[in-house]
Amino acid sequence: MSIRTITFDAIVVGGGGAGMRASLQMAQSGFKTALISKVFPTRSHTVSAQGGITCAIASADPNDDWRWHMYDTVKGSDYIGDQDAIEYMCQVGPEAVFELDHMGLPFSRTEEGRIYQRPFGGQSKNFGEGGQAARTCAAADRTGHALLHTLYQQNLKNGTQFYNEWYAAELVKDADENVCGVIAISIETGETVFFKAKATVFATGGSGRIYASTTNALINTGDGVGMALRAGLPVQDIEMWQFHPTGIAGAGVLVTEGCRGEGGYLINKDGERFMERYAPNAKDLASRDVVARSMMMEILDGRGDGPDGSYVYLKLDHLGEEVLHSRLPGICELAITFAQTDPVKEPIPVVPTCHYMMGGIPTNVHGQALKMSGGHEGDAQPVNGLFAVGEVACVSVHGANRLGGNSLLDLVVFGRAAGLYIEDALRQGMTQYEPGNDDIDAALARVNRWNESKGGESVPALRKELQSTMQNHFGVFRKGDLMEEGVEKLAKLRERIANAHLEDKSQSFNTARVEALELDNLLEVAEATAIAAYNRTESRGAHSRYDYPDRDDENWLCHSIFDPRSKQLGKREVNFKPKTVDTFQPKVRTY
Amino acid sequence: MKVSIYRYNPDTDREPSMKEYEVDTQGKDLMVLDILALVKEQDESLAYRRSCREGVCGSDGMNINGKNGLACITPLSAVAPGVKEGKKPLVLRPLPGLPVIRDLVVDMGVFYQQYEKVQPYLQNESPAPAIERLQTPEDRAKLDGLYECILCACCSTSCPSFWWNPDKFLGPAALLQSYRFLADSRDEATEERLSRLDDPFSLFRCHGIMNCVSVCPKGLNPTRAIGHIRSMLLERGV
Repeated sequence: MSIRTITFDAIVVGGGGAGMRASLQMAQSGFKTALISKVFPTRSHTVSAQGGITCAIASADPNDDWRWHMYDTVKGSDYIGDQDAIEYMCQVGPEAVFELDHMGLPFSRTEEGRIYQRPFGGQSKNFGEGGQAARTCAAADRTGHALLHTLYQQNLKNGTQFYNEWYAAELVKDADENVCGVIAISIETGETVFFKAKATVFATGGSGRIYASTTNALINTGDGVGMALRAGLPVQDIEMWQFHPTGIAGAGVLVTEGCRGEGGYLINKDGERFMERYAPNAKDLASRDVVARSMMMEILDGRGDGPDGSYVYLKLDHLGEEVLHSRLPGICELAITFAQTDPVKEPIPVVPTCHYMMGGIPTNVHGQALKMSGGHEGDAQPVNGLFAVGEVACVSVHGANRLGGNSLLDLVVFGRAAGLYIEDALRQGMTQYEPGNDDIDAALARVNRWNESKGGESVPALRKELQSTMQNHFGVFRKGDLMEEGVEKLAKLRERIANAHLEDKSQSFNTARVEALELDNLLEVAEATAIAAYNRTESRGAHSRYDYPDRDDENWLCHSIFDPRSKQLGKREVNFKPKTVDTFQPKVRTY
Repeated sequence: MKVSIYRYNPDTDREPSMKEYEVDTQGKDLMVLDILALVKEQDESLAYRRSCREGVCGSDGMNINGKNGLACITPLSAVAPGVKEGKKPLVLRPLPGLPVIRDLVVDMGVFYQQYEKVQPYLQNESPAPAIERLQTPEDRAKLDGLYECILCACCSTSCPSFWWNPDKFLGPAALLQSYRFLADSRDEATEERLSRLDDPFSLFRCHGIMNCVSVCPKGLNPTRAIGHIRSMLLERGV
């Protein structure tokens, strides 16, 4: 089948914070850059980030130090975050944040005119010895919205070429498995095109929609992870899923950790501030995995409220109307809309809700995607032509548990880093790998499969089943036998999805086709998560098992590597060699 | 309950039509977007945009029983009396005034073009300091009610002046963004920004009808922003 080819120096897939920071860097350098996004860029999920971007800019505390931020992040990761990458993020962070201000991001301000910073979970001064820090730079509780719009505006200014409402369906590789670009479909017209580029940057975000209850946007279907796995590339630490303590019960809509940073706290049905029992020092500002587990224990012990005793409350009314309306205006809106609760008067019903994928495509600090010489084991080596940044990537700065406010920093620091690296590589002359017709046909196979489907189960029903399987078998607490059952269910779902039916074959704005293609990706992410979770026989960070309740540093102080071809789980060393500071040695993790 | 939805697929339909669906809400006060998802389970050919499902991404602006709004944060009880109870149908049409691509999906091209015309990015040629550019809380407060725009187009597509001259009148959304940068103490392009608005159409076609204010799902007030720009232009003329 012959399709049109459009050629660029670099393409970025995904128009969220990471993708637009990368494209901005490359557009400024004058290389021919395209950004392909399945939604208009300001509809990307970055827009939903609320509380802020954590970074030691020394506004709230003039003595703040990026090394303290690094310590917190390493500890938060439960020691499987790569220390060289965390060092880079925390050290370069201030520069990247000041750039955002210079671009026009409307940060909230202090009396001195500097950027306002609020306390967030897992933050400390002086390597955990100096008490709670306030390190999260905020634009009220709409930081992601402000960041995303600012980056879109700067891309407009710098002439990035946008392919909005184009859906990237598959990676194109040559016979030697070098990446040559992607197959993408114009959602508006249905045209399928080969986007050819020397550098392909995945910035496709997370995949929270593998769970039935998630804070994630409907578009978070793991398209980048799906494409990588189908191309035979590995994913790292994919069992590590963050459950955010405060999703609005029922709706799943996020309520920022900034609420607790501003002084809010959690209570059970008896009105008890229960976090004092679980984390005597940090209390409600303990790390997210710790708070989410504590909430679930309250609920499982019968101290949840509501008809099924299935949620606890976030209390904010004591902060007063003025603080709530100036610091947390978006939360007030969301609580009224989705919980019919005015936080000025009553507490918000909340429950831990799937929020963030710590794992993803393994990369180095330049965003280069990595694969292992032996599939799931061996040496890590770059995948020629492929980069990944943001939530889809696992660089890894979040390890087994991400700290609040570190995702936005990750986006801008590594979006920028990948842009800088590619700019330099292009200047020195990057190879354009050329696929053969067979390679393009191979990349089109999946799209053709759906287009030619003649009967079978429908997409929405299968998607629901997949989501409830993940919710019931791979939630906050996990257990071997339950996960084994989940793995089997997913294997059966794989067969059924391979035979599912797309009834609507029309060309113009066919969203049913997009949802069908997304379902394949959800399945890839779900299966990788399930197999990795089943095989990591310990509890660490967000991965918490009844049958292996302790952290096992002897066997599992390492990344997991899932190889989609063999479906084997291997291990990869964590980096313990930062360049400018001493290694942070693993310690017992308490808050 | 009954749902009546505007349908048009350019591949197969010669003209648009309203199609009726029956949806079981089990008496719940669902959001309009939830209803659309239920309809799509029955009929996958229905096309509409959606993303965040919480009112911050601006994808699902549409005309709901005659009024523009976001499907994801409009509960049935807020649409019109009797809709939630099934006594009256829920009637969904695409945003008015823009070309329809398919069903509830409109071509936003002209809307985005007008946004781009106001040069919606901070302009400051002074060398940047090593830290952020300082801004007082009072100056920052001037951006409240402006920067929160989500570009859903509910306002511009409810504006009769925009219906008449979508290519020449910038419309409330773009003008709100124009003022967002005029009001920013860090921006230095005030004079150029005002010059570009100083013609009979770009700004002055606003007749203060205020449909934009009554439909804005974020509670913003483009008419007030337009008023501020008018004052700036008048002061500059004196």
